[in-house]
Amino acid sequence: MAEFILTPLWTDWMIWGLVGAFAYLGFLIQRSQQVRAQWLGIFESKLAMSSAIILLSYLIIALLDSVHFQTLGMSGVMEYKSALDGVFSHLALIQERTYSAPFATTEYTKSLVVNAAGQVQHIKQPLEHIANPAQFSILSQSLLAIGYASLSSGLLILLHLFWRSRVHQSDFIGWTKQVIHGQTRLPWRTAYFTVWVLVSLAVWFWIMSHSVHVLGTDKVGSDVLYESLKSIRTGVLIGVLTTLVMLPLALFLGISAGLFKGWVDDVIQYVYTTLNSIPGVLLIAASVLVMQVILSNHPDWFTRTEERADIRLLFLVLILGLTSWTGLCRLLRAETLKLSAVDYVTAAKAFGINRLTIIRRHILPNVMHIVLIAVVLDFSGLVLAEAVLSYVGVGVDPTMHSWGNMINQARLEMAREPMVWWSLFSAFLFMFVLVLAANLFSDRVQTVLDPRNQSSL
Amino acid sequence: MIANCIKKIIIFVFLLSLLGCEANRWNSPYDTEKAQDPILFSSFSSKPKHLDPVVSYNANEWAILSQVVEPPLQYHYLKRPYTLEPLTLSKMPEVRFLDAQGQPLSEEDSHLAVFSEYIFRLKPNILFQPHPAFVKNDQGELSLGNLTETQLASIETMADFDQQSTRALTSEDYTYAIKRMALRQNHSPILGTMQQYIVGLKTFSETMSSKQPSVNELRAANIEGVEVDSELQWRIRIKGVYPQFIYWLSMNFFAPVPWEAELFFQQAGLKTKNISLDTYPVGTGAYQLVENNPNRQMRLVANPNYQHGFYPEDGLSDGADTALLTDAGKPLPFIKEVIYSLEKESVPLWNKFLQGYYDASGVSSDSFDQAISVSSGGSLSLTDEMQQKGIQFLNTIEPTIFYFGFNMADPVVGGYSEKQKKLRQAISIALNFEEYISIFMNGRGMAAQGPVPPGIFGYEADRINRWVYDWQPGRASRKLITEAKAMLAEAGYPDGRKPNGEPLVLYYDTAATGPDSKAQLNWYRKQFNQLGIELVIRATDYNRFQDKMRGAKAQLFSWGWNADYPDPENFLFLLDGEQTILKTSGAGINYANYDNPEFNRLFKQIKTMPNSPRRLTLVRQMIEIVQEDAPWAWGFYPKSLALYHRWYHNVWANPLANNTLKYKRIDAELRNQSQQYWNKPTLWPMILVVGLSFLLLWPLRLAYRKRQEAIIQPRDVD
Amino acid sequence: MLAYIVRRLLFAIPILIGVNLITFALFFMVNTPDDMARSQLGAKQTTPEMIASWKAEKGYDKPLFYNEKQPGLAKVSETLFVQESLKLFWFDFGQADDGRQISTDILERMGPSLAIALPTFVIGLVTNIAFALLIVLFRGSVLDTATMVVAVAIMSISGLFYIIAGQVLLSKLWHWVPISGYSDGWDAVKFMILPVLIGVFAGLGAGIRWYRSLFLEEMNKDYIRTARAKGLSDIKVLFGHVLQNGLLPILTGVVVVIPTLFMGSLIMESFFGIPGLGSYTIDAINAQDFGIVKAMVFLGSVLYIIGLILTDISYTYFDPRVRLS
Repeated sequence: MAEFILTPLWTDWMIWGLVGAFAYLGFLIQRSQQVRAQWLGIFESKLAMSSAIILLSYLIIALLDSVHFQTLGMSGVMEYKSALDGVFSHLALIQERTYSAPFATTEYTKSLVVNAAGQVQHIKQPLEHIANPAQFSILSQSLLAIGYASLSSGLLILLHLFWRSRVHQSDFIGWTKQVIHGQTRLPWRTAYFTVWVLVSLAVWFWIMSHSVHVLGTDKVGSDVLYESLKSIRTGVLIGVLTTLVMLPLALFLGISAGLFKGWVDDVIQYVYTTLNSIPGVLLIAASVLVMQVILSNHPDWFTRTEERADIRLLFLVLILGLTSWTGLCRLLRAETLKLSAVDYVTAAKAFGINRLTIIRRHILPNVMHIVLIAVVLDFSGLVLAEAVLSYVGVGVDPTMHSWGNMINQARLEMAREPMVWWSLFSAFLFMFVLVLAANLFSDRVQTVLDPRNQSSL
Repeated sequence: MIANCIKKIIIFVFLLSLLGCEANRWNSPYDTEKAQDPILFSSFSSKPKHLDPVVSYNANEWAILSQVVEPPLQYHYLKRPYTLEPLTLSKMPEVRFLDAQGQPLSEEDSHLAVFSEYIFRLKPNILFQPHPAFVKNDQGELSLGNLTETQLASIETMADFDQQSTRALTSEDYTYAIKRMALRQNHSPILGTMQQYIVGLKTFSETMSSKQPSVNELRAANIEGVEVDSELQWRIRIKGVYPQFIYWLSMNFFAPVPWEAELFFQQAGLKTKNISLDTYPVGTGAYQLVENNPNRQMRLVANPNYQHGFYPEDGLSDGADTALLTDAGKPLPFIKEVIYSLEKESVPLWNKFLQGYYDASGVSSDSFDQAISVSSGGSLSLTDEMQQKGIQFLNTIEPTIFYFGFNMADPVVGGYSEKQKKLRQAISIALNFEEYISIFMNGRGMAAQGPVPPGIFGYEADRINRWVYDWQPGRASRKLITEAKAMLAEAGYPDGRKPNGEPLVLYYDTAATGPDSKAQLNWYRKQFNQLGIELVIRATDYNRFQDKMRGAKAQLFSWGWNADYPDPENFLFLLDGEQTILKTSGAGINYANYDNPEFNRLFKQIKTMPNSPRRLTLVRQMIEIVQEDAPWAWGFYPKSLALYHRWYHNVWANPLANNTLKYKRIDAELRNQSQQYWNKPTLWPMILVVGLSFLLLWPLRLAYRKRQEAIIQPRDVD
Repeated sequence: MLAYIVRRLLFAIPILIGVNLITFALFFMVNTPDDMARSQLGAKQTTPEMIASWKAEKGYDKPLFYNEKQPGLAKVSETLFVQESLKLFWFDFGQADDGRQISTDILERMGPSLAIALPTFVIGLVTNIAFALLIVLFRGSVLDTATMVVAVAIMSISGLFYIIAGQVLLSKLWHWVPISGYSDGWDAVKFMILPVLIGVFAGLGAGIRWYRSLFLEEMNKDYIRTARAKGLSDIKVLFGHVLQNGLLPILTGVVVVIPTLFMGSLIMESFFGIPGLGSYTIDAINAQDFGIVKAMVFLGSVLYIIGLILTDISYTYFDPRVRLS
């Protein structure tokens, strides 16, 4: 019997910690009537609801991929895997030799083979890890996939319907009718549809991937679908964890500058103007180079390639965080300046109330919307930035799965004739869906939370 | 109504302009007139840092510099094996062996020689390229050596000097170059090596470098072992017998430098304009560099004073195209102008080649399938697409080796015991370089059997590495992975596990961070995994990697070596015990830290030997020793593949010769026609886009009207 | 006014010193002078003597921030940091490690950078505003929603995709423009078309959204309502009032960007082989040429600060209510 030992990486701790913290925060916040109303307002939009569900599914994949454990593999060697590898274990194992197109049965290019008769041939070799095309039909497999998906998502939806009808204290049938006619306050009909589509897609990919390379294979024959799925973790982690680094800095410095004024304000302004005035890419490139030096001076910090890549990702996140707090800090400073001139804050000051209490009671709640908008807005920017940084050569570790690395490689592939388009296509698709969902969601967040928009709501 | 009229006019003008342009190539990266002249269009990928002959040592610098300056010797363009021939000399240098007193020894006594002396005789009447440095006034003084600020104000490039002159090449120009090499402030990369050989160079370097001599002081000073006999004759004396010395004489370090040029370029005003000997070399070669803008382009123009070069009349090797001798005996050069454009990325380079805008191109692994098909016999040929375009190609194995090294000083992978050898041999089998070549090089390489690549004395095609290969009838076949596993077990790591049951973990250091590297690194991990060994990749930047290599801190690494000259000594010294990183504290070249006394002894012998059957036997022995010890998993010898268009003639691959531009010829008319034919712009997408935008305008207009009415109406009701 | 500018300029000095400190610290953590010497000498075999003499010649043999061997004030002044960064304030950038004059190269490369960045900026601004106006005209309609979705989609695609797709379609398949390269004079136009087109397109999504919200805000103001109540047509209101009044925030918003246009674009320039300052910077990072890196960082910071000052000035100039203090 195989034994599983959890071997979390640094970033695993961070992402799970962050999710836990957000869950707790959500629990705290939902007690406030006003905040609840705001969040309900966000989800009233169909687009926002669908986007949120898509974002959630990306997050789930990233989280699954952030559960790392050690297990005894088949060959008797200790293997390090993530929960996602467990689900897609068949993909991690099937390595072809080189490029093959999506759904192909042979390799994409010809290569030299010595056949049984000892003759050298130049042919397209058949792929090793696909089902026999004669026994395999895309259509029937797809139907099967949709069937499974409908069953499982149907069950989920039924459960949810049941729960909601209990919450709303209406009868199940009546509530279901309301949902079908789109008469509920939150667009549950859209939500269910999105869930169904996503589950169908996931099941379809999973079933198909047993028989063919759905998105083809790359230069060394790794499955592109698997690569794209593994890249999700990198993208999501960079987007999410960077804010974790940036937020405390921006909050602390921005509010202090606005509240204490005087020399504190001068120093903080000086620091962020200085940082801001250095061209961003140069600063990041230089910091990443420094990080590489530190890493190569401390080979004892890690024993495995994954750990090394992970530490590099961690540093990248730190660097991105340290270079991107200035924008939010400036906003917070301005807002705090405005707030500290408001009557009740000056009154609180006059009564000699502790500064910390003032921050907690009066400032923080009133700048929260700025923070939230900035966080959601930054997320998509960071996912895109990862690709560019990898192009400049200062992105994540080259051994790490990431969309940036995929695009980088795809540049050469696009120049091939005939073109190898599926790596670029897959990276594009997975990235586009994520960033689009994030952008649409952040749009909604902005519309709802920005006080300037209150009137138009 | 008027709007509609304007629209029609715009469409009409637009279509007209399209028709007008069609004759031209919209996508030509050059001026239209230039494309019709017999100009060779080539590219450079990184800016040449140094073009001063005593400093420059990079391939991309030599590609340009070698067309301009002429060392005494050159490689014969066509001959194989690589053969030296006189370039500016009237005959090959005469070698004499001397005893300690400087008395000549007979040929038989050459092993007693303490010194060797090389005597050089120049061809008469070779002229330098026209250059302002040579301009003299009526009194016979150099007139442009001391320009005032106002005179310099109008000078931006070399082309702004309207006065030019020339002078004949003398032996002093050659000895002056050696004196410049000796000055430490010039940072000549071969000074260290040459000090070991040329008599008196070390003392000269030490005394003169600290003096900071002026041009005239340097001219007046003399190196003990370098003597000028006459205008056309000089001699160099070296310590001991060093037959490879003659190869150095074909390198640009020994090219002549006119002292007038150095004087001329010393003017401070020129330096601030990036005009110096390091940017504008002066020579006797077939071309002169007239534009050096490393940010964009370099331009060579034929040297009008060049008269001493002729196309070779013989030496064609077997199987080469006889058309290569069409121009036999004709005066060189054929091409009058060469433009090198900066091209950093392989993708645009390849596409421009296909469009006819570059005359020749290499083949990257990504464009390989488009260009080359491999026949059932394993030989390379062009694809139909390329053949239809009339493209031709050349391939040759380069005198280069890329190897996978073990650090012999490492406690795990190093060492000379039987078990430790077995570990390295097992890994050498598992690292299937045939597969590597087929995946990453498209078969453009040859798995190495030992350190000496083909084309170099000592390489023998039928002698295989019997530790890694079995001799199947007719070819070497790699041992099976099962054999490797068995060896690994013998080495004490059954199934890749240490005696205590833990998996064996090895560390591979690399500076690879490019887009392709991830696939390659995964490939290495896969190979080690076959044995059950876990490979940890330590990727870092190039500086850090070099640091580690110089500190002998890397356990496993990849490295390469490019022949300086076609001699086995140039490859075997990479494994010489004197060259280890540990002994030389980082200055050596033996990165594997391989130190085998027997090998070292044999190396000392072959080092000073001319090629002979005896030398071959010794080299053979040495190769067998290292094959068994396996300090390298031998890696591969790369194959270069060059494509060129049918209007480009006299193309022949000679990896050691750099000054080959002068032999080449171009048919500009044919090129012009092909470019026109290949680059017709596809117009329908443009028409489609314009058409669609106009189509969209109409519903927009309608919608706007409707809207206006819709807004106005309720108001009317009010 | 003048006094204000002088004060702002003086305030720039400590910022620039801070910038220099950061670049020096970062760079020398990565590159020891030995590394630089080796990379510059570039020989197959480099001896320690060669490295030492190179360092002495280029002045890299001094300590970074504190020189123990010197007496008194020289302890601070005889250091790499002070020696190298003081010169920058006079825009004396010195030599690159290959001996070329950095200021000459920067001046030469500024042209190509501007040739790409300026048209991208101007055409982008005009297109963004034009589209935004058009959409404001149809606000609330299907067209509005559809365009907003397309705009978000455009924003959600990495710029690298646009470049790759543009090169493949326009250059490789349709032969409209050269794939890459640059040339002087009017010939440059054909090289500029594709990068400018891609630059404009990639910025379209964010641009339209930004200007749309700007105009809509203006649209909701009272005076517009009055104007419309008077029966002015939508187009007249839009061009007569909204655009005119919206121009002020647009102008002050973009002024900060203008000076940094000189720096060029890293990605565009290296993809299209344009010999501008962006590719100069990338090359310098790869070649570890500290002279160039610090010059570019300094230049970037100076331009940024100029942008800030220009913004302040443009506020007062266009809006008399704002007083600089």
